[in-house]
Amino acid sequence: MSRKKEILISLTTLIRKEIKRYLRIWVQTLVPPAVTMSLYFVIFGSLIGPRIGTMDGLDYIQFMIPGLIMMSVITNSYANVVSSFYSVKFQKSIEELQVSPMPNWAILIGFVMGGVTRGILIGCIVFCVSLFFYPTFSIVNPMLTVLVLILTSILFSLMGFINAVFADSFDDISIIPTFVLTPLIYLGGVFYSINILPDIWRNISMANPMLYVVNTFREGMLGVSDVSIPFALSMILLFIAILTSACLLLLHKGVGTRQ
Amino acid sequence: MSQFALEITDLKKTYDSDVVALKGINLTVQEGDFFALLGPNGAGKSSTIGIIASLVNKTAGKVKIFDIDTDENFPEAKRLLGVVSQEINFNNFEKVIDIVTTQAGFYGIPLKTAMQKTEITLKRLGLWEKRNDQARTLSGGFKRRLMIAKALIHEPKLLILDEPTAGVDIELRREMWDFLKEINANGTTIILTTHYLEEAEQLCKNIAIIDHGELIENTSMKDLLSRLDVQGFLLDIDQSLEKPPSISNFKIFLEDSNTLNVAIKKDQSINHLFDQLSEQGITVSSMRNESNRLEEMFIEMIKKN
Repeated sequence: MSRKKEILISLTTLIRKEIKRYLRIWVQTLVPPAVTMSLYFVIFGSLIGPRIGTMDGLDYIQFMIPGLIMMSVITNSYANVVSSFYSVKFQKSIEELQVSPMPNWAILIGFVMGGVTRGILIGCIVFCVSLFFYPTFSIVNPMLTVLVLILTSILFSLMGFINAVFADSFDDISIIPTFVLTPLIYLGGVFYSINILPDIWRNISMANPMLYVVNTFREGMLGVSDVSIPFALSMILLFIAILTSACLLLLHKGVGTRQ
Repeated sequence: MSQFALEITDLKKTYDSDVVALKGINLTVQEGDFFALLGPNGAGKSSTIGIIASLVNKTAGKVKIFDIDTDENFPEAKRLLGVVSQEINFNNFEKVIDIVTTQAGFYGIPLKTAMQKTEITLKRLGLWEKRNDQARTLSGGFKRRLMIAKALIHEPKLLILDEPTAGVDIELRREMWDFLKEINANGTTIILTTHYLEEAEQLCKNIAIIDHGELIENTSMKDLLSRLDVQGFLLDIDQSLEKPPSISNFKIFLEDSNTLNVAIKKDQSINHLFDQLSEQGITVSSMRNESNRLEEMFIEMIKKN
């Protein structure tokens, strides 16, 4: 058997294992985002939304849908990889991969694909939930929407991987999502357009990377955005390249995985 | 193909905590050998195995597996190697069959073939009936078997077992010994670390002893045991004695009123001892070693070092 085929089989094995992992615990992984987002749609969309009126010329609930989808995609792709990779470290089952002939890049792709598939699946679930509250929703630019969905889940899966590499306890895998990701997402234009902010806060918001992800996705779904799309896509691709290199270097050196 | 399954040259390991685990070990293991790597806790056994299996980064030195330099082509070397770690290293929430099939997949074995190999391996190790059980529900002995099944699924030519029978009851331990003897007879080279020196004596042809990160002995089991000058034996006797019998050239103590403790030198005849006891009207009903022969020698060597 050729080396390429052997690697392909090992990679599909790891991806299958990662997907089975989150599907096996679907009550913990797939249901909560659907429930939480339903509550957001009920409270902020149906109850408070009509009092807010429009945002960037759109119904508030319509404006909110891409943001809430992105919020779910980011948190779930990150959470999937950080918890999965930390678990294999904690249980020492990472040794199953380390003793095998799998190259580091295949191990990285395997874990990232777990996060990407979960992120995309959650994105689809939340979109379906949103249709109950806004049935007339139609996607303006499906290609851009799918592209941003995939790139975002790759980006945050890579971040989750790095978090897991350095994590020494279960506390360490919840610190970044709680104290960094969540505030940045909430302040990244999920619920509002930065055009309604005073100049100083609008300028500060421009330094928030979540703003670019959320707005590029909103451009794909609704055709409105607060940022330059080519710039935002370039930045996402650049960060994916940087984080991929960092992950491969960490795996090569065995940081957090080999003594 | 080299006659060596494993060649280690000047292997050194210093951990980040500045603990020097290996001080430059040189070791060769012949193809087809059943090799014991012994040493007290913290001697460097697990560090050595960890480096061979790519679980630990080495500080310096070379490792070759069937003449393949791990620095040059580790994936190829890993294909020939199976490792049973000291600690349980599978996901306890997965089914037995999934754990083994997945491990096969990591070695590039297609799913259909992996399923067939898994069935054969689980049946050989008496795990087939438990294939749909979650690993966490298995007893300690079955978990050990599962570790061996995982390590054997890609049919390695070199199998390294790091204390495989730790915490396993004697019946299961003996079953595992038979199994390991069988796969060794079929051509798999085996390296074993264990704290049960009886196990090493029973199974292994050659032995290396490591202490404080240095190899202090590397020879055949037969040669090592032949160096033992005095062996202690316990003789159970039918009579009840108040003082030990006096027999010239033999040191005899009373362990209790029905048990004699006799030190027998290498050049002394046990027949002579039995004759003398018989003349004094003492009948020996059974005889056993005071302690494992290798154990005595091992402790002596470690003390010297």
